[in-house]
Amino acid sequence: MLKEAVARFAAEEVAPKVAAMEANEALEPAIIDGMFEMGLMGVEVPEEHGGAGMSFTAACLAIEELAKVDAGVSVTCDVQNTLVCNTFLNFASDEMKAEYLPRLTSDTLAAFCLSEASCGSDAFALKTTAIADGDDYVLNGEKMWITNAKEAGLFVVYANVNPTAGYKGITAFVVERDAPGLSVGNTIPKLGLRSSSTCPVVLEDVRVSKSAILGEEGLGYKYSIETLNEGRIGIAAQMVGIAQGAFDAAMEYVFERKAFGKPVGEFDSMRAEYASISCQIAAARLLTYEAARRKEHGLPFVKHAAQAKYVAAQAAEATTSKAIEWAGGVGFAREYPMEKRWRDSKIGAIYEGTNLIQLQTIAKLVASEYK
Amino acid sequence: MAANGAFGRVLVGVKRVIDYAVKVRVKPDKSGVETVNVKHSLNPFCEIAVEEAVRMKEAGLATEVVAVCVGPKKAQENIRSALAMGADRGIHIETDEEVAPLNVARILAEVAKAEEPSMFILGKQAIDDDSNQTGQLLGGFLGWPQGTMASKIEPVSDTAVHVTREIDGGLETLELSLPAVVTADLRLNKPRFAALPNIMKAKRKKIDAKTPADFGVDMASSLQTLEVNEPPVREAGIMVGSVDELVEKLKGDGLI
Repeated sequence: MLKEAVARFAAEEVAPKVAAMEANEALEPAIIDGMFEMGLMGVEVPEEHGGAGMSFTAACLAIEELAKVDAGVSVTCDVQNTLVCNTFLNFASDEMKAEYLPRLTSDTLAAFCLSEASCGSDAFALKTTAIADGDDYVLNGEKMWITNAKEAGLFVVYANVNPTAGYKGITAFVVERDAPGLSVGNTIPKLGLRSSSTCPVVLEDVRVSKSAILGEEGLGYKYSIETLNEGRIGIAAQMVGIAQGAFDAAMEYVFERKAFGKPVGEFDSMRAEYASISCQIAAARLLTYEAARRKEHGLPFVKHAAQAKYVAAQAAEATTSKAIEWAGGVGFAREYPMEKRWRDSKIGAIYEGTNLIQLQTIAKLVASEYK
Repeated sequence: MAANGAFGRVLVGVKRVIDYAVKVRVKPDKSGVETVNVKHSLNPFCEIAVEEAVRMKEAGLATEVVAVCVGPKKAQENIRSALAMGADRGIHIETDEEVAPLNVARILAEVAKAEEPSMFILGKQAIDDDSNQTGQLLGGFLGWPQGTMASKIEPVSDTAVHVTREIDGGLETLELSLPAVVTADLRLNKPRFAALPNIMKAKRKKIDAKTPADFGVDMASSLQTLEVNEPPVREAGIMVGSVDELVEKLKGDGLI
């Protein structure tokens, strides 16, 4: 029922707007409203706080269905659910949950502000500071590559309260958009995921009270690692969706398009290609949902999540690339969504942990099984 | 205008059918169409009926919406879809026999007598058999007024509605005194998406399981399907050189 409902929403409300969003490099506000109305912005949040009270796997399914139609819309939903809401659910006090979750599930888009211009993979070398001043903290710094920033009403900002303590000073703060000193830069024009806003977020003497700390002081690095370990599975689901959407569209085409008297999908060389790609997508899907299952059951899942994201990102890139070839000139033309999907897929190897970082993580965990 | 809750309970008939987007194939033995491993959904016109009833509840006219379905065990999923749209509870009359309008109407009539709704809203037809009979038969069995092919339902008082019907000549508006049967046409409304929290809530809503025997109805159909065939393959046209030649050919084929 969930898959059907989201698929219908994606087909009826999102699909017709994809071309315009791509051209304008902006998310259609009606789609954000629609996602809130559908309950897509708090899939795992308990009903008492306005969420759907569903599982992590359900969130992944929703992210996948959205990605089949538009990867940018999908990541908007993914960040809200797996990064922001889950940080609150896992680490915030009951008071904070009661204050913010109802907003996050009903009308307030949020952004997860960790990366900076000089540190992505090396996130904990972040330079944004939060210096105590009486009962307040004053935040200074510039976050970069922040998804949802243009439309967000709330920002979860990772800043260091004690730079001399290194990563042990990193603390999570909840900052309102209208906080004096907070400004959001222009959306960065990107290769893909153009409907999703990606912006710098500048904090200039942003004063917040002590009560704005999410969880405990100095545990920000732990929170973000754990959140991203899970969030990675959501991205894997997004990549599976991109791959599946491209595959479905291309396969429909190859049985309609004829050459030399028969549909191009009937030629042996084509068969070998789409059979092979179907294996990659199937593998990516299974890794993704297995990682989700393990997380839900409290089993170790960090290796599985990294493997899923790594494989799914590659599957998305390979599938979308082939899909363009299979569709020939039509695949290359901007009028059709094939080329967009290929451009969208590239981010899979980069965000929420680059491919090389995934391999490091996997290597460490695999090696520990043998040493 | 109608008072708050004046319409009380509204019943909605729902049917499980092959999904509208599926490419339907005829079985090799021509006894019917392939249904195994084929996607099924709530009949689109039934969804419109559910939507209308739920809107009546949201407008404060109705107090309860009950989704009623005659169908196989799997139809439970489709009743849940109706619950996720906002119906309060379901009644599932389970049968593996062919679901034909006459028997369904008999069962629904008995359900109506037990539930005493102000209105029974059905889809105007199911997209599998396109019968367009169940609502009409139901009205007949109950002796209730009926407004079929409705594109609009408006309350007039606590005990009457205006139903605007799309007919061949245009639009016809009838005044029906309640209780009444109404069947939904395409333009009555646009059904909502089931929101995720409502999908969760739907799992907890009650569906009563019944059988046709509970209503004294035997599902054996008085109709027997002899053969089902695909539409004939379209033959290539013949090019003619002039209007005179066209007239000749049409005459020769006995068509004019």
